[in-house]
Amino acid sequence: MADLHKLTIYELSEKLAAGACTSVDIVNDVLASIDATDGKVGAYLTIDRASALEQAKVADALRAEGSTLPMLGIPVAIKDLLNVKGQPCTCSSKILEGYTAPYDATVIAKLREAGTVLLGRVNMDEFAMGSSTENAALGKTSNPWNLKHVPGGSSGGSAACVAADEAIAALGSDTGGSIRQPAAFCGCVGVKPTYGRVSRYGLTAFASSLDQIGPISKTVKDSALLLEVLCGHDKMDSSSIDMDVPAFGKSLTADTSLAGIKLGLPKEYFVEGMDPEVEKTVRDAVDHCKSLGAEIVDVSLPHSKYAIAVYYIIATAEASANLARFDGIRYGLRVDGKDPIELYGKTRAVGFGSEVKRRIILGTYVLSSGYYDAYYLKAQKVRTLIRNDFTAAFKQCDAILAPVTPTPAYKLGEKTDDPLKMYLDDILTTPVNLAGNCALSLPCGFSSSGLPIGLQIIGDSFAEETILKIGHAYEQTTEWHTRKPEIS
Amino acid sequence: MSEANEGMDVGYVAKLANIDLTTEETALFQGQLNQVLHYVEQLNELDVGGVEPTAHAFPVYNVLRKDEVGTSLNHADVVANAPAATDGEIRVPKILDQ
Amino acid sequence: MQYEATIGLETHVMQKTNTKMFCACKYEYGAEPNTHVCPVCLGYPGALPVMNEKAIELCCKAGLLLGCEINPYSKWDRKNYFYPDMAKNYQITQADQPLCLGGQLTVDVDGEMKTFTIERIHQEENAAKNTHVAGASLVDYNRAGTALMEIVSNPCMHSAEDALAYMTAVKQIMQYGGISNCDQEKGQMRSDVNVSVRPVGQKELGAKVEIKNMNSFAFIKEAIEYEIDRQTALLESGGTVDQETRGYDPDRGETFTQRTKENAHDYRYFPEPDLMPVKIPAEQIEQWRSELPELPAQRRVRYVQELGLPEYDAGVLTADMATSDWFEQAMRHTKNAKAVSNFIMGEMMRLLSEQNCSISESNVTPEKLAGIVALIDAKTISTGAGKQVFEIIFNDGGDPKAIVEERGMAQVSDDSALEGWADEAIANNPKPVEEYKAGNPASINFLMGQVMKASRGKANPGAVMQMLKQKLDR
Ligand SMILES: [Mg+2]
Ligand SMILES: [Zn+2]
Repeated sequence: MADLHKLTIYELSEKLAAGACTSVDIVNDVLASIDATDGKVGAYLTIDRASALEQAKVADALRAEGSTLPMLGIPVAIKDLLNVKGQPCTCSSKILEGYTAPYDATVIAKLREAGTVLLGRVNMDEFAMGSSTENAALGKTSNPWNLKHVPGGSSGGSAACVAADEAIAALGSDTGGSIRQPAAFCGCVGVKPTYGRVSRYGLTAFASSLDQIGPISKTVKDSALLLEVLCGHDKMDSSSIDMDVPAFGKSLTADTSLAGIKLGLPKEYFVEGMDPEVEKTVRDAVDHCKSLGAEIVDVSLPHSKYAIAVYYIIATAEASANLARFDGIRYGLRVDGKDPIELYGKTRAVGFGSEVKRRIILGTYVLSSGYYDAYYLKAQKVRTLIRNDFTAAFKQCDAILAPVTPTPAYKLGEKTDDPLKMYLDDILTTPVNLAGNCALSLPCGFSSSGLPIGLQIIGDSFAEETILKIGHAYEQTTEWHTRKPEIS
Repeated sequence: MSEANEGMDVGYVAKLANIDLTTEETALFQGQLNQVLHYVEQLNELDVGGVEPTAHAFPVYNVLRKDEVGTSLNHADVVANAPAATDGEIRVPKILDQ
Repeated sequence: MQYEATIGLETHVMQKTNTKMFCACKYEYGAEPNTHVCPVCLGYPGALPVMNEKAIELCCKAGLLLGCEINPYSKWDRKNYFYPDMAKNYQITQADQPLCLGGQLTVDVDGEMKTFTIERIHQEENAAKNTHVAGASLVDYNRAGTALMEIVSNPCMHSAEDALAYMTAVKQIMQYGGISNCDQEKGQMRSDVNVSVRPVGQKELGAKVEIKNMNSFAFIKEAIEYEIDRQTALLESGGTVDQETRGYDPDRGETFTQRTKENAHDYRYFPEPDLMPVKIPAEQIEQWRSELPELPAQRRVRYVQELGLPEYDAGVLTADMATSDWFEQAMRHTKNAKAVSNFIMGEMMRLLSEQNCSISESNVTPEKLAGIVALIDAKTISTGAGKQVFEIIFNDGGDPKAIVEERGMAQVSDDSALEGWADEAIANNPKPVEEYKAGNPASINFLMGQVMKASRGKANPGAVMQMLKQKLDR
């Protein structure tokens, strides 16, 4: 084994271009790595070895013909809620048992066009509902840094496989922090793009007005490249924004100066109950940015504390309708009944896990007759106030620095009995989804027990270039991202 | 939101959502969701008079498609995905008039 | 006590689009089941809707034809309910901001002109088709997601006749406007009917009973009449009417309870996050308005004022769009509107009904009828001969001129031929000649008949009359 699985997209691309290795070599190394560690990590749900090697061969052949596709021959893992033609798409739910996707999600088509090798499908919280990947019907995933701890969620499999060098990069989705939080827990880089940047076509919807697909990778530069591949207008998604995609990858240079950049520090994001180690680590990261030339300014996002309430009303309401299609009629699991109503009730009772049921019921309730105005409409109005907070803050600064999570990764099973407690952990990530702007999570240190801690860089809408530049400067002048977990 | 103080009727809402809950689930969710609703009541602190609701993060308008026929799915794939089918149609238990 | 009924209609009309409302699947009636389906209209995970611009245009044009305001801003909502024909278990529709608002329609109800008002027209998507077999139901999703608009009237009608006149007019306008074929047998026009009854003089409406999803005008009429009688009888006997949804059983001629108020759906409407709002600028509305076709009422006026047709003819010709279009095509080849009208109302309608076919299937094309009229106008053939030519073409096809020539049907106006027949008639009938000369002008008709007989109908009657007068007045 040549340890190719430990390298980044950029490092591998250089080797491939120089003829120092082939894509088949890379895929073989990654598969060997999966064989060695995934028994412990549990990131993958399905791996199609033959297909991955076949795709790698095609990539090598294309390269021999002179192709310079941006991600030619790089193996990537896919969160299990993206449709890939001919593959299952379980969303970690029993209810999609037997379903074969008849089409490619737009992002999958884009990955194929970029020359990527699709490795396999990775675990997640059922229908992306959760923050620990413990709400998964088909297997448990552990944090590679400490197998007794959660990888975060809902894109826990995506972050865990990248952290464990079981994939070079992965796709995740972020509705309330589901890319950034697992990236932070696993010591990876993750980007939640501006709403509308990346097509949602083929992404099994959790909350349509909040969902965005994004990259999880080992470095900021890798995320930039992958993001560039994923972005772009799609006429199949009415919420897709029709605007040019900057060359995110190329825009990152060796220049590490942050001179002229104003970074906002929101007092509301250093919340009560925050782990002191997290707070200290993030404040150190802020100082580091200052040392690179950035100006630090205080900003206020006064409605942040309402974000969890707003999020759990809007997201569950949308989800209650989005998940109504899982009814046992046209695809997936069916538990028969004497009439359709009985069939629905039984199928959904067996097919959905507890957290999904809980959220569907909450979402159904907040839309129901007599409660709509008090809950849903009110939440939509407070959502406006949260957006306005960001608009005002970005008049004072170019980006906002904050923690990603109040604590490092907690122990498996620690919070599963208390949904509200679990929800409250999303306090630092959900405001960005509600406002629709972009944010990046990258490693900025470790706890005394050796768990990664993440720094969140929040950008204005369509300001991905800015947050990537800041993250890249930070990363080049620190070494957190080079650390690897010892999986035992 | 004063109605929320009474809590929701989980059994009734689960019916609306077409999910059969066990007695244990109903009781468990009742407690957990009432806690969530209680938490959510903090929104009452805010005066949202005159605030427009946000339905879309970035509202654009008139995202239209030309009325041109595209490709449909392969019929065999559609039937293969269905849990039950007869003569190319998807079979369900007898639908009673609602 | 006297009671009065109030009726409102929610009429669903399937628009004439090539593809479905939110996906590019073809709309084709009668196709093999589940062959025009895709992830979007099957409600597969990850699929997203995109609006069909033609459907929006047709909905707005329907609004303009029915006198509605086009809403400058409209949006989409999800209406949640579980049913096997609804792939996503929610319908995309428009709740509080529909495309068209207001509107009215003036129609003739048994000789009285009445105006019925329209509350709104909103765009939505159609459901799939269920068929019931032994012990199961089968679902065909070809119709799922096709473009469907809902025309909602105000509760402004008071009898089955009102409702029928309203629906007939709506259907005629939708067909004229190219919005929909409104083929009821294909389910392209279906109505939900709301009926309530109250004592005359009472301000508020009585409890509303909704009769769902009917496509036959005859059944709608029966159902309304039954429901008015049922509710009136209930009230008269001191009972109360329950607000509920009922179905109509045409075999028994009765309505029956489907869903009571207690079991009413909670649709949990909320804004559809997957679709963006629609903004229609004033210029667009004016553009669409300029493209609107002429409606039957406008055509009637034009036929009378510009073509000089009697009111009666104009009414008959415009009652059906196909007939009216046929008439218009014939008028491109002739100026004699009355002659064309006479042929359509006479020979054409008689033969069509005898042979039970439609005007578009007739062997007599608009151009051929114009040809027949031209031959009559040029006095080449008599009107009677024209009718014969018409029937020949209707039955066997052929060209008017060729038929006239082949069968020697042309009139004779040639003086030398006419002179012989005229001299013969005068010579052989001294008595009528005497009478005419003695001052009885009607006697000339007998001589005229003799000439026509001798010519076997081919003599030009005008020329014969002139010739006879010339000879006798000498
Ligand atoms: Mg409707
Ligand atoms: Zn379709």
